[in-house]
Amino acid sequence: MNEIIESVKNLSIGFNSQKGKQISILRNVSTDIKKGETVGIVGESGSGKSTLALAMMGYIKQGLFPLNGECLFKSEDLLKMSSRQLEKIRGRKIAMIPQNAGQALTPNLKIGYQIDEALRLHTDLNKLERDKKISELLNKVRLPSPETMAFRYPHELSGGQQQRVAVAMALAGKPDLLLLDEPTTGLDVTTQAHVLELLRIIAKDTGTSMIYVSHDLGAIAQVSDRIVVMYAGEIVLEGPARKILKEPIHPYTYGLLKSIPKLSLAGLPASMPGSQPQPGSIKEGCSFYDRCNLATDHCEKNSPDLKYIKELDTSVRCFNHKELINQNNNLQTSITKKSSNSEVIEVLKLKDVSISYAKQKFFDQLLNKISDQNPTVKDININIKKGETIALVGESGSGKSTILKSIAGLLKTKDGQIKFENNRILSSDLKMRNPNDLRAIQLIFQNPDESLNPNHTVEQILSQPLKLYFNLSGEELKKNIIDLLKKVRLGEFYMSRYPRQLSGGEKQRVAVARAFAAKPDIILCDEVTSALDVSVQAAVLNLLQQLKEDLGTTYVFVSHDLAVVRAISDRVAVLYQGRLCEIGPSQNVYKFPSHPYTEVLLGAVLEPDPDIKPKLVAEDIVEEKPPEKGCSFQGRCPRKIGDICNSEVPPWQIGENGNAIRCHINIDELASLQQ
Amino acid sequence: MLLLILKRIGLGLITLFIVSLITFVGVEVLPGDACTTYLEREAYGAALDACIKRLGLDVPAYERYLDWALNVVRGDFGYSLSGEMPINEVLGPRVKNSLVLASVSILIGIPLAIVLGIITALWRDKLPDIMISTVTIFSMTIPEFISATLLILIVAIWLGWLPGIVILPSDATFFELLSNIILPVVAISMIMTAHMARMVRSSVIQVMSSDYVQMAILKGVPYWKMVFRHVLPNALLPAINVVALTIAWLLGGVVVTEVVFNYPGLGRLVIESISNRDLPVVQALAIILASIYVGINLIADLMTLMLNPRLKSLQIRK
Repeated sequence: MNEIIESVKNLSIGFNSQKGKQISILRNVSTDIKKGETVGIVGESGSGKSTLALAMMGYIKQGLFPLNGECLFKSEDLLKMSSRQLEKIRGRKIAMIPQNAGQALTPNLKIGYQIDEALRLHTDLNKLERDKKISELLNKVRLPSPETMAFRYPHELSGGQQQRVAVAMALAGKPDLLLLDEPTTGLDVTTQAHVLELLRIIAKDTGTSMIYVSHDLGAIAQVSDRIVVMYAGEIVLEGPARKILKEPIHPYTYGLLKSIPKLSLAGLPASMPGSQPQPGSIKEGCSFYDRCNLATDHCEKNSPDLKYIKELDTSVRCFNHKELINQNNNLQTSITKKSSNSEVIEVLKLKDVSISYAKQKFFDQLLNKISDQNPTVKDININIKKGETIALVGESGSGKSTILKSIAGLLKTKDGQIKFENNRILSSDLKMRNPNDLRAIQLIFQNPDESLNPNHTVEQILSQPLKLYFNLSGEELKKNIIDLLKKVRLGEFYMSRYPRQLSGGEKQRVAVARAFAAKPDIILCDEVTSALDVSVQAAVLNLLQQLKEDLGTTYVFVSHDLAVVRAISDRVAVLYQGRLCEIGPSQNVYKFPSHPYTEVLLGAVLEPDPDIKPKLVAEDIVEEKPPEKGCSFQGRCPRKIGDICNSEVPPWQIGENGNAIRCHINIDELASLQQ
Repeated sequence: MLLLILKRIGLGLITLFIVSLITFVGVEVLPGDACTTYLEREAYGAALDACIKRLGLDVPAYERYLDWALNVVRGDFGYSLSGEMPINEVLGPRVKNSLVLASVSILIGIPLAIVLGIITALWRDKLPDIMISTVTIFSMTIPEFISATLLILIVAIWLGWLPGIVILPSDATFFELLSNIILPVVAISMIMTAHMARMVRSSVIQVMSSDYVQMAILKGVPYWKMVFRHVLPNALLPAINVVALTIAWLLGGVVVTEVVFNYPGLGRLVIESISNRDLPVVQALAIILASIYVGINLIADLMTLMLNPRLKSLQIRK
């Protein structure tokens, strides 16, 4: 059991900068992978974790090269092997499961061919045996109808199915070591939990060692025996999973764990100041010095070594780690939010809103009518109160972003009304809205890289709404921009910067500032933290909350992440296939009784705690269209009671906690079922 | 799928109909008509009347259009004024000559372009790429009338290996043409190959940096197998449309090259009939060139549809 399979020794990888300087991305990394063990490598983007994982297959990305050290696989250095030798190892001894299987499967080749290719390369089976093996593998990763699956093209499968195909392909060569590079990132919550479960079973059944690379401590916690924490290209903490997650003795890991929103905690997570240093800008001393609250003058000048602590079986790179021992109780704390105004003015009402993506037929187009009996979003009734944060949650395809676009006026509604302030009907066509309504509703997008014009400076970006809505110019304009930057905690000097010169968190702050520039009443947030690292996410969430408390803005917050929603929202609406399932105050939605779909979602959340296992109660089937009649969740519901679910739309039931649930099962019965 | 093909063919026919209308109307609204332009200073009195009668210009325009269009559909383009013979007889040998020139250039140029594009992409920034890329960029930037003239100067005049210009009649046989077209083919291929090789290069480079190629490497697929199974099918798909446009451009007559080498192809016929004010021939050429473009683009689109599984299932689902 203690046999070492792969050993990384003193590995540094870097590139030559344009100025001819050598810049390292990985710095003196050493770690061992034992047989049958699953090691989680965790770190935020830019920490070098993927570079490390790829180097463990002897693969160095173009432009990078190893500076020193070795990657010993069964005591042979992969970095010194010829490509002929590597071909014999890759896929056969070490196999890779990629991050985005949708892009990692060759689009013009059928699933069966791609698995067959791996079998042909790495086994001696003949054609007949290989065909049998392919359906065996597809069966093993629990894909539906494995016989026909082999004849499909990658784009014909859902994201979860593509990921399963990638797993099957990796298993084809019966490798000793599986490398997983963020294998569940980008998948839906329930799909993610199912894929992780599958990986855990495979690891247990085959005794394969796994290296699991992820930024998501929740996923890492579910699969890993041991965890390696990376920061700025170095290992800062390494030890048994339970120790790392429950008693982190490095300030970075400690902060990281604290910045993850948790289902059991209502308030906002604590954020860590600053951001990870870019490769090349790493100064002498400890690389975490700038962000560390334990730092002393000693840390500024001297860089700590990775020190093994025998009694904890943990290696840590920190001079002051002793201060963190026995501090673990503090991990379960959060910042309480100020409750929103008690005045109940309803600013925005969605009444019977339906939205359809169906293409208009020619004649309907003439009559300006949308004929779709089964629209993507149907019968949405939500009244949004002034100053509250209402969250729309659901998996991809739940219609949450669609509703947001309709409120913003970017998508026409099919039926129903959107009423704004004093029950005034808001046109669903952007061009028909008056400038003041346009100003009053602002949108923040998921990806600031795409929503900020790369050719504009921050000043230009922020001056546009100010000029458009308030006709500001000259000194006044500048003063306003500086004020806005101050609000989002960015200094004046950011005005002349371009988006590419900002970090992910800074860009999203600029996007937030741009939305607030219009002095809006309502801000629509579309997955605003999904593209950010955890520590940055916590900072943006805190910023949004602070601005709301100061300015009384109303947020409509769309997210797939239930823990984030728990942290920020006052009220939650759960959507499935464009239909509302449950709506209520967030502390109640997160408590039973719940709509069966909410129950499924809550069960699938991955918490950064090895003792909290996800509960998988429903299959992760992907439904392409909402059902024609009956309950929207009938196809996947684990608590389905019979024909009534297929034929009749369930009634709304109000629970004693004030959350409304749309289900045929009596709410009290649901409560006792879910105990 | 069949429905889709029919739909595309229908759209192509509509395009051709519109082109025919535009050319007809264009000729119609110009001051004067086929007779006055052709007869020039003699356009008066009996000669003009005779001409008008002969060409049937005395009937209303829409009737003439219908008549002309119906004849075109039947494959009869009418009567050339300058050649004093049916346009079909004028066109026949020219079409054949253009076909010969185009097909030889295509057969040599396109495979060469693809091979060069792949080589430059696979050895990116290495010696083969630097050498080939320099040459292709060079031949892309030199206009064809200069490169053609230089070719004549070096190969035909200094070395005397090949005839400098084509002095064959337009109805020469294929084999008679062959030795004469070497220089025109080289001149055309230089530009065409360079453009296409650059395109193939960037397409291959893009695919080489994709996630699925990295995955194939990490799966242990040997290099050349990866290139042929995972890279090329995906990289060459977008090239189909460029190839189609190039073929259409070649068939439509490469005017400059044909004029420099005095080659009796369609391109030179365009110039000649314009300078001879032979309006019926100009009309006929417009329709023929439009048909070539429409037809070849149609074939290219259908090929892309067939070869790209993603588009195929998308279309079928619709």
